[in-house]
Amino acid sequence: MNELKVDTATALAELRETKPDRVTIVLLSGDMDRAMAAFIIATGAAAMGMPVTMFFTFWGLNAIRRKGTPSAAKDWLRRMFGVLNKGGAETLPLSKFHFGGLGTGMMKRVMREHRMPGVPELIETAQDLGVRFIACTTTMGLMGITKETLIEGVDQLAGVTTYLAEAKQGSVNLFI
Amino acid sequence: MIHADVTLDTLGYFCPMPIIMTSKKIKELGPGQVLEVLSDDEGIKKDMPAWCQSTGHEMLGLEEEGTTPKRVYKAFVKKSAR
Repeated sequence: MNELKVDTATALAELRETKPDRVTIVLLSGDMDRAMAAFIIATGAAAMGMPVTMFFTFWGLNAIRRKGTPSAAKDWLRRMFGVLNKGGAETLPLSKFHFGGLGTGMMKRVMREHRMPGVPELIETAQDLGVRFIACTTTMGLMGITKETLIEGVDQLAGVTTYLAEAKQGSVNLFI
Repeated sequence: MIHADVTLDTLGYFCPMPIIMTSKKIKELGPGQVLEVLSDDEGIKKDMPAWCQSTGHEMLGLEEEGTTPKRVYKAFVKKSAR
């Protein structure tokens, strides 16, 4: 019988090889503050050399929709919904103190004064650093959002199994 | 006083920008070269060593100049050999 001897250093190295410090982030929220947190973590992790994948679902899709693109839905219900649910990284409202855009506008001004990047700049940086963007097909269908109305560089359109396949490789998995 | 080959100015930028700018800049350096990062974000004191630890670069030291709110941090990072 062979003696089973585990060399911890080798085992750890192998584990590292099969399981890199992957980060996955699910962005469900369409709030500016939450989207900022998600993109700041994503860009920070990418700068640390970690592979990062972001999944956009429900209101989170608004962050990667192009501004002013109409709903592609045929039925009036979803078309109405498309009119109400505006997309575009620059139009995301704050989760608190939005005040019809006044509060969010003020926050953006303070951010500009402090040279803090907004959501559009963070998205650009994330893409620059190789963060992968995946859009959820189910909610896209539900909300009448087509691939053409999303920003350039969305790597995949996929579902929950794609997310889980990535998340189980991940050491940091966030739901925002 | 630590000698730096390249200086990166991130003054006025908040987290995560100094780290992101550092990660881009370090690619322009050769192995063993030293990058000096200027920042006025206090977070750099903890963030730069953490970034170095996870990327394999060496944190040579951190110098502080001036008093708050005009305090400037100088982080010295030696690029890893690989």
